Amino acid sequence: MNSWSLLSLLIWLPIIAAFAILALGPNRAGLARLLAMLTAVLTLLLSIPLWQNFDTTTAAMQFVEKVAWIPSLNINYHLGVDGIAMPLIVLTTFITVLTVLSAWKVITKNVHQFMAAFLMLEAFMIGVFCAQDAMLFYIFFEAMLIPMFLIIGIWGGPNRVYATIKFFIYTFFGSVFMLIALIYLYMKGGSFAIADMAELTLSLKEQTWIFFAFFLAFAVKIPMFPVHTWLPDAHVEAPTAGSVILAAIMLKIGGYGFLRFSLPITPDASSDLAGIVIALSLIAIVYIGLIAMVQKDMKKLIAYSSISHMGFVTLGIFIAFALIGKSADTNMALEGAMVQMVSHGFISAALFLCVGVLYDRMHTRKISSYGGVINTMPIFGAFFVFFAMSNAGLPGTSGFVGEFMIILSSFQASFWFAFLAALTLIFGAAYSLWMVKRVVFGEVKSESVAQLTDITKRESFILAVLALAVLGLGLYPEPLIDVMRVSVEHLIQQISVTKV
Amino acid sequence: MFGWSELTPVLPELIILATACIVLILGLFTTHEKGGLLVLTSIAGVVFAAIATAKSHMGTQELVKQVLFNGNFVRDYMGDVLKVAVYFIMLFVFIYSKQYLRNKNIFKGEFFALMLFGLLGIMIMISGYNYITLYLGLELLALSSYALVAYDRDNAQSNESAMKYFILGAIASGMLLYGMSMIYGATGSLQIDQISAAIGQSQDTMLVVFGLVFVLVGVAFKLGAAPFHMWVPDVYQGAPTATTLFISSAPKIAAFAFAVRILGQSLDGVFAQWQHIIAVIALLSIIIGNLFALQQTNIKRLFAYSTISHIGFMLLGFLGGEEGYSASMFYIITYALMSVAGFGMIIVLSCKGFEAENISDFKGLNQRNGWFAFMMLLIVASMAGFPPLVGFFSKLYVLKAVVDQGFYVLASIAVIFAVIGSFYYLKLIKVMYFDESESDQEITAGFDVKSILSFNALLQLALLLFIPSILGYCIKAIESL
Repeated sequence: MNSWSLLSLLIWLPIIAAFAILALGPNRAGLARLLAMLTAVLTLLLSIPLWQNFDTTTAAMQFVEKVAWIPSLNINYHLGVDGIAMPLIVLTTFITVLTVLSAWKVITKNVHQFMAAFLMLEAFMIGVFCAQDAMLFYIFFEAMLIPMFLIIGIWGGPNRVYATIKFFIYTFFGSVFMLIALIYLYMKGGSFAIADMAELTLSLKEQTWIFFAFFLAFAVKIPMFPVHTWLPDAHVEAPTAGSVILAAIMLKIGGYGFLRFSLPITPDASSDLAGIVIALSLIAIVYIGLIAMVQKDMKKLIAYSSISHMGFVTLGIFIAFALIGKSADTNMALEGAMVQMVSHGFISAALFLCVGVLYDRMHTRKISSYGGVINTMPIFGAFFVFFAMSNAGLPGTSGFVGEFMIILSSFQASFWFAFLAALTLIFGAAYSLWMVKRVVFGEVKSESVAQLTDITKRESFILAVLALAVLGLGLYPEPLIDVMRVSVEHLIQQISVTKV
Repeated sequence: MFGWSELTPVLPELIILATACIVLILGLFTTHEKGGLLVLTSIAGVVFAAIATAKSHMGTQELVKQVLFNGNFVRDYMGDVLKVAVYFIMLFVFIYSKQYLRNKNIFKGEFFALMLFGLLGIMIMISGYNYITLYLGLELLALSSYALVAYDRDNAQSNESAMKYFILGAIASGMLLYGMSMIYGATGSLQIDQISAAIGQSQDTMLVVFGLVFVLVGVAFKLGAAPFHMWVPDVYQGAPTATTLFISSAPKIAAFAFAVRILGQSLDGVFAQWQHIIAVIALLSIIIGNLFALQQTNIKRLFAYSTISHIGFMLLGFLGGEEGYSASMFYIITYALMSVAGFGMIIVLSCKGFEAENISDFKGLNQRNGWFAFMMLLIVASMAGFPPLVGFFSKLYVLKAVVDQGFYVLASIAVIFAVIGSFYYLKLIKVMYFDESESDQEITAGFDVKSILSFNALLQLALLLFIPSILGYCIKAIESL
């Protein structure tokens, strides 16, 4: 395999397959499923050499591809990965396989369109992580919206139209200001290459404007308090597979955007405004954690828990500014944010899948409709408890690693930051375990719970794979941290030099 | 007498004129069933005209700008690029309108003859080098359009909108002529380059600016830009869809050329004066177009308001200097391609005795026909300017040109309203994909129309590969002015 075309292959293979599946038409659902599965697995296999051949000793972009696309605007088809992007790409290919598998039986309407939309989504998300040209990034960033819009709108729950339009308008509105900022940066430096933008000298005023433009885009995406309100709606209405992709990968694009754009391009403004972001992150961690506790709908609960956990990511990213020059643990904050993103990718995916398993059988997500599920679904119950524990940050699971790293580094910035952040260990345990207690344990609640059948082989395979990933990352996170170490150090160098 | 050497550059115009006359006569002898011959003749005429236009670019020699007929007519690179774009769009127009006229049982030769005369008007507008020639081209197009709007004779709505179109169009023409006469008074000439030279030399531009305002009003009327947009929705809705298809696409390109010749070429000396007016007109169009489109239930009206906002975007480019003109040119060409596809979709979904002109007629299209729902998705997404479709790039290029000149606020407002506007496009997608179908109307259109429409919609994606070359043509066209 020629390494230079690997990234293009990862992007274009799913797109071509998606068109082929669309062309199959509505009457060949079985073939559509099979073809989608094949493509997803093939993409996953293709992403393995990406990990293997990745050089962990350099922060430079690897697997670079660069072709001039629109010369008059200096837009290039420019791909490449570093230690920050690479794990997220592998996460994407990995989760996509599981989602295709999870939708195998559940989706019966317009299967070909569903599978095609998923593969498109996968391709665009990989594209977002690979793009080294800001305009290419923007194109992938926006292109994701349409398949997701359709996934929620066609296969979603009763209130799906409201939820999907809200999702679309929020994210679209957030991102257009990024477009203006990108055009401005292009005017200034004559290049859309992200690396060139990072080198640009900008006054503090310019940086502040650009920072807010980026912030709007990524804060909506990740999502941060107070622009998070689209997420619970979108999650509740989306089909299980849609929720999984949304939580596991799409939210990460917001965090990735902060690391790729906000920090290197506007380091001084980020440093100046870090306090605001940290405050918003802490509000998300504490306040949204409390909101999660009172939810009656399981999916909504997990959605709020996602927002709370994403608060950790933004906290980790921006606490770094308080540590630069003062502590050697600046790395740890950023690495913690990355680990938290990957870990949340596994855990939230697993939790949404668990809710999906229950929903497929009972057609309700209300916590009060359940009780004593463990009596009829023992294997499922074990998985559900395990994932809820890891969501609460149980040591030994991946949920612990990232949170611990971030709490530790915020301790060096301020005791109170660490104190508030550490509250999540209590709140997280409270809402996760309380949900599990009410759903899984106790007396068999009703006739329909008594008639539940335990998970199928397909379902237990998906959950087992995720459980292994959660345990693996929790017990030995070193390979992941090793991959990103040099890139993170490079990023810290970038942000510790003032650009004014 | 004109020599042959003077006639070669206008060969495309002559071919279209001849085709129009042939079609007019053929129409008398062609029965309803054999109408295909008329369409074929029209297409052949356009193809020959395209060959005649393209021939002078085949060799290694660059086309030299030629001013002909005592400075009345110009053959230049911009004109040729725009004409080729117009031919391309007319091919779609002919094919879609055939389907429509058959459905409505109003298939007659005059329709195509009128369209060809309109096309001739468009070509003269593109190549006019004298205010009078430009005006004549404009009126030829306008008169053909009035007749085309009133074409469905027994339809009261069609007649009403033709009346409105005619009266407002006549007022606009009056304004235009009045302004032109003042500019003539100030500069002593009607020829583009001489006006420009005279303005450059004169100290006092008072009278020119006075004339300029009237000319601008006339141009804005013809373009359908706010606040002179009132006729657009009514005419779009009332006209037979085949006519709307025509007036929403190719004439917009002509209007662009008209505006470039008058504002950019002849009145460039008073740019400082007209840039504010254009900025206001452009912003108003974007705001009004997008806000009013939100309320519409009739899809032709919706497209009409969306046209107004697109024209606003196109005019925004006029503020961006030379790069801005090429951005506008790229914008209007891609827009015409989208618009023609949008109305083509309405025609394809209509069938005998039923016209898919309400948004609710698109309900559940995905269940009825997944392929055409996807095609419509591409068209609508391109109109809304979602990446990666071509509509995004045309907006991007205009915005870039505008930001380049320092109009940040203008660009931001335009973008905000583009986001607001995306809502009604989303509503269309929502209706097609999320709503339950109300009828199980089969799509009865012929295979040719269906495949051409699919081609037209897929162009919104496929053009991504050709953006550099098309943009290159546009940039070269503006540079060679």
